[in-house]
Amino acid sequence: MVEQVSPLGPAWKSGRHNVTGTAPGVTLAETRPGSIVQVAAWPGEEKAVIDAVRAVTGLKLPDGAGGGIATEHKAAFGFAPGKFMVVTQVEGIEAELLKAIPNNVGTVTGLSHGRTALRVSGPKAEWVLGKLYAIDFALPAFPLHAGRSTMHHDVFTQIQRTGADQFDLYVFRSFARSFWTTLCHAAEEVGYEVR
Amino acid sequence: MLITCPYCGPRDVIEFTYQGDANRTRPDPASTDQAAWNVYTYDRVNTLGDHAEYWQHSGGCRSHLKLVRSTLTHAISSTAFVRDHGEKKSASRRKPGAAT
Ligand SMILES: [Zn+2]
Repeated sequence: MVEQVSPLGPAWKSGRHNVTGTAPGVTLAETRPGSIVQVAAWPGEEKAVIDAVRAVTGLKLPDGAGGGIATEHKAAFGFAPGKFMVVTQVEGIEAELLKAIPNNVGTVTGLSHGRTALRVSGPKAEWVLGKLYAIDFALPAFPLHAGRSTMHHDVFTQIQRTGADQFDLYVFRSFARSFWTTLCHAAEEVGYEVR
Repeated sequence: MLITCPYCGPRDVIEFTYQGDANRTRPDPASTDQAAWNVYTYDRVNTLGDHAEYWQHSGGCRSHLKLVRSTLTHAISSTAFVRDHGEKKSASRRKPGAAT
């Protein structure tokens, strides 16, 4: 496999920053999935697309607005009516989804080169993200594995909660370094570790 | 001002883009009726109170919405997907907890 080049460049600085206690408030990471794919269903074909995603990835994507599912190596979630993100550590899932979703059912768009996946985890994850986005990150309002589309200033972001205190963020690759720097600044207050 | 997107739930107005007055009827694209196009392009009812409007959740799910906003209070009294032709959709695809 060819080594991926990170858009974060020199802004990615491994190690602990501003950690005063024994543990950082948040851990920041770039997850570098092999495949990031957007799947869209034509109106009325949502169930067929959900079934196709299950057949290809094994993920049981729940129906309903913002519903999602995540395992250690793959994830899927709804981010708009009839539209879903499918993310796997395996490369080339787009070709398999294209085979499973014919043109009359929906569309498959590969975003692996267009998005950067960032993970924010730790006891202060909700707090740090709450400073950036105008949405509620508390567990009752943002359930486990659910997805959200929102933005920080003009940086459009798709967010999935992949753990009680863990969120995966998908941002445009061209904005990723700038956004990462903003994220680091927001995390300074609580101390952060880059991994 | 909060707008409750039928998909995303209540969101700040900064995530939305105004797309115009929803009280107008667009003439047939093939029409050459100058007066009808003039009315469509320039005439506005300038409502005091509830006003039908198109908005897009451009900083969210990117759905096009038709809603009613009070020009007096900014209160939003109804929101629906344009793709449903302005009709309220069944609850099955709505986010739990989303206001009606
Ligand atoms: Zn929305």
